[in-house]
Amino acid sequence: MSVFTLTNHRRSYKEKAIVTLLVVASVISIVTTIGILFSILFQAIEFFQLKSFWTFVTGTEWYVSKQESVFGSVPIFAGTFMITAIALSVAIPVGLGNAIYMSEYAGSNVRKVLKPLLEILAGIPTVVYGFFAALTVAPAVVDLFAGFDITATYNSALACGIVMGVMIIPVISSLSDDVLRAVPSAQRNASYALGMTHSETIRNIVLPAATPGIISASLLGFSKAIGETMIVVMAAGLRPNLTWNPLEDMTTVTVRIVDSLVGDHAFDSPQTLSAFALGLILFVITLALNMVSVMQIRKFKAKYRINTL
Amino acid sequence: MSNNPFYDPSLKHRHRSAYMLKLLSRLSILFTLGFLLFFLFDMVRTALPATWQAYVQVEVSYSERAKKFTRTAVPKEYRKVVSRAWLRNIPRQMEEDPGLLGTTQLLWVLADDQVDQYLKGHYHNLKEKEIAFIERLKTENTIKLDWNGVFFNNGDSKIPEYAGIRSAIVGSVLTMLVTMAIAFPIGVMTAVYLEEFAKDNAFTHFIEVNINNLAAIPSILFGLLGLSVFINLFGLPRSTPLVGGMTLALMTLPIIIVSARAALRSVPASIRQAGYGLGLTKLDIVKDHVVPIAMPGILTGSIIGLAQAIGETAPLIIIGMIAFIPDTPQSIVEAATVLPAQVFTWAGMPERAYVEKTAAGIIVILVILISLNATAIYLRKKYETKW
Repeated sequence: MSVFTLTNHRRSYKEKAIVTLLVVASVISIVTTIGILFSILFQAIEFFQLKSFWTFVTGTEWYVSKQESVFGSVPIFAGTFMITAIALSVAIPVGLGNAIYMSEYAGSNVRKVLKPLLEILAGIPTVVYGFFAALTVAPAVVDLFAGFDITATYNSALACGIVMGVMIIPVISSLSDDVLRAVPSAQRNASYALGMTHSETIRNIVLPAATPGIISASLLGFSKAIGETMIVVMAAGLRPNLTWNPLEDMTTVTVRIVDSLVGDHAFDSPQTLSAFALGLILFVITLALNMVSVMQIRKFKAKYRINTL
Repeated sequence: MSNNPFYDPSLKHRHRSAYMLKLLSRLSILFTLGFLLFFLFDMVRTALPATWQAYVQVEVSYSERAKKFTRTAVPKEYRKVVSRAWLRNIPRQMEEDPGLLGTTQLLWVLADDQVDQYLKGHYHNLKEKEIAFIERLKTENTIKLDWNGVFFNNGDSKIPEYAGIRSAIVGSVLTMLVTMAIAFPIGVMTAVYLEEFAKDNAFTHFIEVNINNLAAIPSILFGLLGLSVFINLFGLPRSTPLVGGMTLALMTLPIIIVSARAALRSVPASIRQAGYGLGLTKLDIVKDHVVPIAMPGILTGSIIGLAQAIGETAPLIIIGMIAFIPDTPQSIVEAATVLPAQVFTWAGMPERAYVEKTAAGIIVILVILISLNATAIYLRKKYETKW
């Protein structure tokens, strides 16, 4: 009897120790998120002690030099959103089209081939896309518009946006595909029974039902686009430029962050610290987008009682 | 038609719109695949010239003078043709083999990058006289394009013909070792906790929300974390695989956790119940039965996470892993560069000769990524069990 209790005691101690270890491992992800938030927040606060927050938010001039620096982030965010808008106007229609084809039209054999191909596209590193944008797409854009007597620069927002759009296609198509396939088949069958064609069923029944999921996928694509770094670092401009013309060069938040951190400024100089101020806003935007995206997908799952996804 | 009571005049229109939707969805998939094909074709086409490198046959005199003024080792008219980097290496050659001193040897030596680009028909800045000389060498068959071994044997160099990818490959391997050594155990332990032990309470929910958010944070912000916490706060050495690997580990964590959880969830409850029936503790069941059964799935997810980490560049730039690294790093605390960072550095070089090297580096990355993904798919297929 005593032998049993002894081993059982030892066992329960061991078990407790291991479970504690598992909890510690789980807490690391929380620590990381908090670590990111605070490491950015503290430096950003330091930046706003040096430079005015109001100028940062509303200023239309971003200008760094040895004597005097002005940090107005409006042109930088304008550039970011311009490139993001171009990217999304490529990625959302094409990604959604892919998802409709994959979930509604493609047979299981075609799917088996297409899915890995899309995964290859999703797995291409962004630095590769950046090189492709700078080497092939940007000159093509310049040549194309030169044909219409319009001058485009070699680091135009358009070239960047198109390539970034292609990068985001797999993000949108794979999530939308999952969502479209999760729409209960009873809905489709009811529609067919009423005499609707396949495409009418897709347009009037499946897509409206899947809308929260598609919104969620698009928001995820949006958040990927504004956080994307390598494509814009390699193919977009460095110059903060407030313009509506997508053929001009523009800079983005991520380009500015990289540019101000790879230079050899002192770590507590406003140039370096401005990267953290931009990073803080990037963090808040992507976090908010992710929250809304998760809420939308939860809404979809709750409505149709779907557990997978 | 009109005598058919079921005839619906709107049907023609409806069928046309049905056809249009199908066409549009087909077009979008064709656009995607077309882009992928064009992209791969363009990369291979750009990278292909990097497989060859120009070599020139020249008499090299290993004199005492050549040790100091390496340019004098080759005849005067060859000085613009032979690679500067190769000439610079002459004293080291003579140190390694003292017997060379005083001899003259007819050797195939590496040619200058401008000569290389000229032979490949690319842009070059050679003068008329030099072109005429190269044409003469061509007729004498003493200049050739041969297999570019330099690319795989050398580290980075500011002299294009001497630049290779070896130090970047070693750097990537070291960084990935650090990444996986951290991310794999922590990721699996988190997944085991959340799936097997965690109670359904606010704390568990908070962890789940956090993991989800972590996956959505742009990679560049992980670089900011690495810079201000690992380098500035902990004082770890900059530009090293240690810091790079730690930063990438935090990024890979959510991918591993999510896939490991899915793998654990797919283990049927009957396995656990059988274990309880035999009087095993929860820990025994998880350790000896559930985790081993889920292992193929966990490994698949980890490989996909690894593939993503290999291609990541942005956070590594922030922590300084784009330094110029000519020598192969020996340990994880030496400055190193990684494959995508090397590609980024080369992409920014002004010389035309780097373009093909950049593309060749990209092909190396893509080959690694595709073979990793193929391994993951193979593992998934091989160990796929239907319960």
